[in-house]
Amino acid sequence: MKVSMSCLTRAARMAAAMIVTLALPFGQAASAAEPLSAIGKGEGALNIVAWEGYAQDDWVKPFEAKTGCKVNRKYAGSSDEMVALMRSGGGGQYDLVSASGDATLRLIYGHNVQPINIALIPAWTNFIPALQGPSFNTVKGVHYGVSYEWGPNTLLYNTQKVTPAPTSWSVIYDEANKGKITVPDNPIQIADAALYLSKTTPSLGITDPYELTQPQMDAVVVLLKKQRPLIRKYWALASDEIDLFRNGDATLGAAWPYQTNTLQAAKVPVADTLPTEGVTGWADTWMVSAKSPHPNCAYEWINYVTTPYVQAQQAIYFGETPANTLACAEMDKQQAGSCKQYHADAGASYFDQIHFWKTPLKACGNGQDNCLDYGAWQRAWQEIKG
Amino acid sequence: MPVSASLTGLLWRRPALRVAALISLPAVWFVLFYLAALAAMFISSFHTVDELSGEIQPGWTLDNFRQLLGDWTYGRIALRTIGIAAAVTLTDGLLAWPFAYVMARYAGPRLRPALMALVMLPLWSSYLARVYAWRLILAHDGALNWLLHGLGLPAASIGYSNWAMWIVFTYLWLPFMILPLFASLERIPPSLLEASSDLGAAGWRTFRRVIVPLAMPGLVAGSIFTFSLTLGDYITPLLVGGPGSDFIGNVVYANVGVSNNIPFAAAFAVLPLLVMAGYLLIARKLGAFDAL
Repeated sequence: MKVSMSCLTRAARMAAAMIVTLALPFGQAASAAEPLSAIGKGEGALNIVAWEGYAQDDWVKPFEAKTGCKVNRKYAGSSDEMVALMRSGGGGQYDLVSASGDATLRLIYGHNVQPINIALIPAWTNFIPALQGPSFNTVKGVHYGVSYEWGPNTLLYNTQKVTPAPTSWSVIYDEANKGKITVPDNPIQIADAALYLSKTTPSLGITDPYELTQPQMDAVVVLLKKQRPLIRKYWALASDEIDLFRNGDATLGAAWPYQTNTLQAAKVPVADTLPTEGVTGWADTWMVSAKSPHPNCAYEWINYVTTPYVQAQQAIYFGETPANTLACAEMDKQQAGSCKQYHADAGASYFDQIHFWKTPLKACGNGQDNCLDYGAWQRAWQEIKG
Repeated sequence: MPVSASLTGLLWRRPALRVAALISLPAVWFVLFYLAALAAMFISSFHTVDELSGEIQPGWTLDNFRQLLGDWTYGRIALRTIGIAAAVTLTDGLLAWPFAYVMARYAGPRLRPALMALVMLPLWSSYLARVYAWRLILAHDGALNWLLHGLGLPAASIGYSNWAMWIVFTYLWLPFMILPLFASLERIPPSLLEASSDLGAAGWRTFRRVIVPLAMPGLVAGSIFTFSLTLGDYITPLLVGGPGSDFIGNVVYANVGVSNNIPFAAAFAVLPLLVMAGYLLIARKLGAFDAL
C-alpha cells in the first residue's frame, strides 16, 4: 500500500513537473560566464541578431572567407524584439546582437549576455572616449559589449510633395498631413513625442525624454492619440517604411538615415533633416550571448567589424557615425566627403546633442523614484495604437 | 504459423483490439501535442514576468486577466477582431452562394471542373504572396488607383485600413466557403425540387423552404472556416492593416515576439478559444456536423 502510494505521488510529481516544464519554455537565464581569455579556433558558424543593414554581404562575405565562420542573420525591427530573440529558447540560439542603448541594460540585468575581455579587441583603444565605457554597456567597470556605431533618428520627407522643406517635428502632428505620415511601431517612439513636447510645452517640465512621470506621460499619450488618425501605417521594419514612401502612401515619417539612403538609391525624391526641437538617436553595441555556442567566431566578428575599413563601410551604408576614430580617413577614401557628412570628425559636441535611446526606469535621473518604467511605456504604446 | 498471420487472426477475433490499435496513435498525438499545449497555455496565463530581467515568475495570479479586463484597449481589439471575422463570413456567404449554386445546379460536365479549378487556383500560391499582391493593388500608386484614374474617378485611399483587411480576408477565405456550400447543394436530390413545384410552390418559395434549409449545414460549415481563420490571423493585419488595425493575434504576437511577456499573451489567447467554443455550439445547433 505504502509503495503504491509513493509510486502514485511520484507519478503525480512527474506529471506536475512535466506541465511546469511545458508551461515554462523560456527557462531561467544562465549566470554570466567568465570572459574569454584568448581567441581560439573559430567554430565554423555564427548566429547574429542585427538591425536591417548591419550584416550586409559587403562585409559578411569577406568575413566568412577570412575566418571560416558561416554567418546566419536574423533581422529585428525593434529593441524589444532583439531582447526577446536573445532570450528565446533559453538563450543559446544566437551568439551576437547589435543592441541599442535601450536594450543593453535589459540584456545585462537579465543575464543574457557575457562580459567581454576588452584586451582581445585591439580597435577599442581608438574609439571616441565617450564610447569606450558608456553607462549603457559597462556596469561597475565590467564591459558587457563593444560599441559599434551611432546616429540620429531623422525626419524623412518626400521633396516633391512636401514644400517647403520641414524644419520642425510639428509636421508629423499636423492635421494638414493626414494619412501621409508613418512612424515606427515601437514604444520608444514615445520619447520622440516627449522631446517635442519638452520644447513646445515647457510647462510640463520634461527634462529627459526617457524619464517621464505619470502626468507627463499622460500629456504625451494625448498628443500621440491625436496623431493616430493622421498615421497611414506604423512601420515595423525599415523595409515597410521604404515601401510606403516608394508607393506614395507616405510623404512624411520618422526614420533612420538608412531609409533615406536606400530610397535615394532607388531614385525616390526624398531627403531627411534634423528638426530644430532636437532628435533622439541610437548608439549600438555588439554583445555576446551568455550561452553563445560560437564565442570564438563572435570575437572574430567584433574584431572584424571594428576595423576602420568595415567601420567606414557600415557608416556609409547605413548613414551613421563609427565608434573608431581611425575610420574617418577610410570613409573619405571610400566616398569623398563622407567623413564630414556623417560627422565622424565632429567629436563630443555633436555626440552630446543626440538624446540616445535608453531603457526607461522607475528611478528618474534626479534621485526621484516616480518615473514610469518600460513596462508602463509598452502599455501606453498599445493604448495609443488602439 | 507466421507472426503476421497470427496477428491478423487475433485482430479479427477481437474487434475492440482492432479499434484500439487504429485509434491509439492519433489519440497520443491529440493528447500530447494538442491538449497538453492548450493546458500549458492555460497554466502559463496565471504566471507573471519580471519586467527588467524578463524571467517568468511561476505562480497563480489573475493579474493578466485583470489587466485585460481593466483596459478598454483590449476590449476594442477583441471586438474589432470578432466584428471583422463576422463581416468577412457574411460577405463570403453572399459571394459564395450564387457561385456554388451555378456549380451545383447548372454547370455541365465540362464547365463544373473548370469552375472548380477557378475556386482552387488561389490556393496554389503562397498566402504571403497573395497578401503582398493586395498590398500593391491597394497602395496609393497601386493598380486600383491606376484603374480609377483611367476611368476618370477620384482616387481611393483604402490601402492600410480596416477596409483593406476586410477585402483581403474575404478574398483569402472565399474558397473555404464555396466548397462546403457546393457539396451540400449538390447533394439535394432533384426529385425534392420537382415535388415542391408539383405541390404548387413557386420558384422563390422552393428556394426558401427547400433549398436553403437543406444547404444550411454546408453554409454553416463554411462559415466555421471563414470565421475561425479570420479570428486567428495576424499576418494580414500586419501587412495591409493601418493604424488601429491590431487583431487579438497581433497583441499575442507582440507579447511573445517583442515584449517577451508570454503569460499575458496566453491570457489573451484564451478569449478566441472561448469565442470559437461558443460558435461551434451554435453551429452544431444549426446542423453543421450532421453530415459528418
